Amino acid sequence: MTDDTPFIAIDRVSKSFGPVVAVDDVTISIRRGEFFSLLGPSGCGKTTLLRMISGFETPTAGEIHIDGNPMSAVLPHERPTNMVFQNYAIFPHLDVRGNIAYGLRKHRLSKAEVDQRVGDTLDMVKLSGFENRRATQLSGGQRQRVALARALIMRPKVLLLDEPLAALDKKLRENMQLELRSLQQSVGITFILVTHDQEEALTMSDRIAVMSEGRVEQIASPGELYESPNCRNVASFIGVMNFIDGTVRGLQGKFAIVETAALGQLKAPVAGPFVVPDAPVVVGVRPEKLLLSDCSPEGGANGIAGTVTNAAYYGESTYFYVDVEGCEEPFIVSTKNDLRDTSRQKPPPGRIWMSWRDESMVLLPPE
Amino acid sequence: MSARAPRTESGPRRFAGFRALLSRSDAVRGYVLISPTFIVMTALMVAPVAMAVVYSLWTQSYLDIDKTLTLSNYAEATTERMYRVLLGRSLMISGLVTLVTVGLAYPMAYFVAFHVKRNKLIWLIMITVPFWTSYLLRVFAWKIILGFNGVVNSGLKGLGLIDQPLQFLLYNPTSVVITLAHAWAAFAILPIYVSLEKIDRSLLEAATDLGDGPVRRFLRVTLPLSLPGIIAASLIIFIPTVGDYVTPALVGGAEGRMIANIIQAQFGKANNWPLGAAIAISTMAVVTVISLAYVWLTRKATERIA
Repeated sequence: MTDDTPFIAIDRVSKSFGPVVAVDDVTISIRRGEFFSLLGPSGCGKTTLLRMISGFETPTAGEIHIDGNPMSAVLPHERPTNMVFQNYAIFPHLDVRGNIAYGLRKHRLSKAEVDQRVGDTLDMVKLSGFENRRATQLSGGQRQRVALARALIMRPKVLLLDEPLAALDKKLRENMQLELRSLQQSVGITFILVTHDQEEALTMSDRIAVMSEGRVEQIASPGELYESPNCRNVASFIGVMNFIDGTVRGLQGKFAIVETAALGQLKAPVAGPFVVPDAPVVVGVRPEKLLLSDCSPEGGANGIAGTVTNAAYYGESTYFYVDVEGCEEPFIVSTKNDLRDTSRQKPPPGRIWMSWRDESMVLLPPE
Repeated sequence: MSARAPRTESGPRRFAGFRALLSRSDAVRGYVLISPTFIVMTALMVAPVAMAVVYSLWTQSYLDIDKTLTLSNYAEATTERMYRVLLGRSLMISGLVTLVTVGLAYPMAYFVAFHVKRNKLIWLIMITVPFWTSYLLRVFAWKIILGFNGVVNSGLKGLGLIDQPLQFLLYNPTSVVITLAHAWAAFAILPIYVSLEKIDRSLLEAATDLGDGPVRRFLRVTLPLSLPGIIAASLIIFIPTVGDYVTPALVGGAEGRMIANIIQAQFGKANNWPLGAAIAISTMAVVTVISLAYVWLTRKATERIA
């Protein structure tokens, strides 16, 4: 479905509210048919950016193009975008049919055509038979589906979703993530999703832009974002990562020799032009890439001993917090609970070894 | 008595049963809570209306009341041409007052609800400022403004726009409409404001997002959702103004006389309480029917629009 010409081009867009800069010089290209997510903590400017695409906010600087057309002179009600609002914004004075057919009025369709399209769309979001329900008689998940149907029936070029799953409970949210994803693939409409939930972004998106304080930190596919974050912010916002400060001592092909205070010399893959001799760097390792064992690792593997001070049991996995001499922060190690062994609920006593491979480490620029 | 009934040593024993009842039954608690209002309402509203109904079924025979039950007063109240004309005129004037007041109040309420960002409370208080003076004073103020040598006439004369004072300003239905519309403005603004303020702003964005321009969005979302406020405002104005007799008496002249003036006369100079009561009850019935029809029609109409 996707090709490389930008379908939506956000070109050096900024937005300030008085002295507050909400969006700061953001440039993003989104492909046709892509499921694109804007991810970031609250107040990072992601919703403002979405509202600029929909036309509810006007950029202070920059231009947004949709399908080649500049949008700055196009009023919100004339844009080829439709939005699923965070609180769903279901019209309380209309029934489900009235809500879904709301936008069709300007298309001047016959009643039969409207009924046909409402029926098809209700099928698509699995709400058939709810035509005459009042908005007040719907559950949260059903309201979400009505909001989705109301936007999809317009066949927009871009569907904008503003935290659409935030109000649903966990189970329903997980189901809807999969459903939204397959719905997007079947209709082929470009989706732009705003979310603060990293899991949601990872499971649904083709690509994700991580935002922080009005700026885009990194744009990448979910896998790339998780395995090769380009800064500490991204690394710690998406999942969990252990950080060790160090200094580059030299380069060996694709690897850099990094001197650290706590762990001695490490050999980590070079991640970018900031990795030059004598440069300060941060070494990052994800918790699941650390292996726990009772004895020192064999051969040349990296290893360090410590004591487990805390355990967080999640059912399918346990997070152990390991204190290592010389490190202020405990290391976080995640272990899969692949045996039916309830001892993983508690920290194991005594000293324990952590080991990891060279390739598991990520080099990040210092703050 | 249940063992759970709370009993304190200081409390008199004879209240223990009542207290137990109170703590166990929500309904009893509810009735106890509304009892002061309920007693006042019964004494000041239900009782007088019941008395009026009873009176309307009696007849006046010179100085005495003939207490045989009869519907003859109603026959007179509904067939006599003068009463019909006055009732018709009252309904016309009140309808016009309602229309004018709601029509003028809506933009004002809309402005405060949607365009005033800070200090909304100050705006709302300012709207009620006219109510800080008495109703009579406000009516008299309009007499001074609209009168033969009033503000409008002397102003226009001073400007040389007219030679003779305008006669049509005072002592006719128009002056009654103007005075009542001003007097009841706040009662229309406040309920409409409340209903507009309650509208979730994201609904307006959703309408825009679905392709509605400002006018269409107003007609399809804002107006239907503010309908409860409009209905409330209309009823609050229409029902009492039909029965208003101070304003028509002071600024209405012969042409602006309304049904309440004749009811007042029956209870006063004419000394025919039964007939007065019958006219009052008939008027009440007509107003009730019109109000219910109005509510029903507006509901139906908005379902159409949306």
